Amino acid sequence: MKVKQISVFLENRKGRLYEVLNVLAAEQINIRALSIADTADFGILRLIVPDPDAAKRILEKGGFTVKENNVIAIEVPDRPGGLVSVLKALQDADINVEYLYAFVAKSHKDAIVVIRTENNDGALKALKKGEVKVLSSEELYSM
Amino acid sequence: MSKVRYWQKDIETIGRRALEELQLKRLRSSFGRLYRHVPSFREKCRAAGVSPAAINSLRDIAHIPFTTSDDLRAGYPAGLLAVDRNRAIRLHTSSGTTGKPKAIFFSKRDIAQAAELVARCLTMTGTGSGDVLQNMMTYGLFTGALMMHYGAEKVGALVIPAGPGNTERQIALMQDFGTTAVHILPSYALYLATFMQQHGMDPKKDLSLKRAYMGAEPYSEKTRLKIEKLFGIDVYNCYGLTEMNGPGVAFECLEKNGLHLWEDNFIVEIVDPVTGQQLPEGAEGELVLTSLCREAMPVMRYRTRDITRILAGKCPCGRTHRRISRILGRSDDMIIVRGVNIFPQQIEQVLMGIRGVAQNYQIVLESLDELTIRVEIARDMFDGNIEHLLSLKSEIVEKIRSAVLVKPIVELLEPGTLPVTEGKAKRVIDKRTI
Repeated sequence: MKVKQISVFLENRKGRLYEVLNVLAAEQINIRALSIADTADFGILRLIVPDPDAAKRILEKGGFTVKENNVIAIEVPDRPGGLVSVLKALQDADINVEYLYAFVAKSHKDAIVVIRTENNDGALKALKKGEVKVLSSEELYSM
Repeated sequence: MSKVRYWQKDIETIGRRALEELQLKRLRSSFGRLYRHVPSFREKCRAAGVSPAAINSLRDIAHIPFTTSDDLRAGYPAGLLAVDRNRAIRLHTSSGTTGKPKAIFFSKRDIAQAAELVARCLTMTGTGSGDVLQNMMTYGLFTGALMMHYGAEKVGALVIPAGPGNTERQIALMQDFGTTAVHILPSYALYLATFMQQHGMDPKKDLSLKRAYMGAEPYSEKTRLKIEKLFGIDVYNCYGLTEMNGPGVAFECLEKNGLHLWEDNFIVEIVDPVTGQQLPEGAEGELVLTSLCREAMPVMRYRTRDITRILAGKCPCGRTHRRISRILGRSDDMIIVRGVNIFPQQIEQVLMGIRGVAQNYQIVLESLDELTIRVEIARDMFDGNIEHLLSLKSEIVEKIRSAVLVKPIVELLEPGTLPVTEGKAKRVIDKRTI
């Protein structure tokens, strides 16, 4: 099951991240998880929010450069080696991970990991085979 | 193929040798008059060790000192007149964005000659009796509109001296009188098309336009094609400057491949903008013009600051006057990084050819050996993938390096970040202090 993630292109300018978050805050959009990939002169902010379509509209209206992508969210036991078994399942299926980021939800005993691969369908299959718990949009957004 | 038409066939197709003989004769005469009548010019020539007697071939022109726009400004308001001021019947000034303007005087014969050259240009591109030419350039101290006006009347076109602006009236005039040709700024042509579309009109179907004459501000081949498509017309590039009569110095023929520069009226040289040395034919450099037929105010070796090159080969239209390429930039805009001369237009050309790049960019110079180019990405290029952005960045770096021979630092920006100014955008930010 794939879930939607919002990516925002950020140029290297003071206060730009603040501006993105400010626009979302003003529209009462709560951020479930975020991660930033950065290079020397630009970055990409990745967000998991309860209503990605609305967040995309709001950000575009604010002049930001936004893209909605599909990612996979999984539950990982919150203990040493928890992530290893997940990655093993993907490696065995020869699927490359583009990036991932993790967060711990308050109401949840396990850690949540967001993964983007080159081949999300293949990854889903491999994770299922490896008995990894994949979260649906509803499950993820309601955390 | 449209039929080639000439206004003055004999002179337009004159053999090169005869043309050069004519040029030498006229050069000696112009130079001699200027030398006799303008003391400041004579002093300059004496300092350079050149007198009219020293001009025995066209090659000797290289000994004559350049005339710069500063020289013309210094002559303000008297003007570097080679005739008694009573012989002048018209004054134009050339814009002085920095400091004093330049006073340019015309005799009765100069005005007639300017109109003659424009008539050649218009005939060459198919405008004549039966055409309606709507002139959307500014009438006034600027020569652009007036000289075009005279030339168009000369070929028998019906001229509408509309001047610029008031878009609704422009469209009404074009529709009511069946305008077939316009003299217009490229930026205004784009605006006009957008305006018509926004008001439910199709510039292609709701006008009788056949062709447009455009100059005065630089525009790319891509913009020409865009305007041609929007209106369903032919767009011809024209080049001129008040110091050399105004419009009609060089003009495209039906081939739309370079601008024929009327060499019976001007001697064309291309020089290195830094050293002033003449460059071989075909090399890119600063255009230097010498007027051959101006009576009131001949100008020798004028540094136009415009960058172009002479195109090799014969033009299929049969005209023997050599062609220059569209103006590639201004030598004032030239930047030097690591000792290499770079024109912002070269960088623009590269950027326009790369997918994923938006229209806006900026060149920032922080030091003598660093060229930073800030480029807005196209909104639809962003797919959330960092690899794609990185490969766009390296594509820009590589393509600019091979075009200008300096490896730039490229910064990718969000679309809409850079300031968009009305008209001329500020492309180069030079923070260097030497």
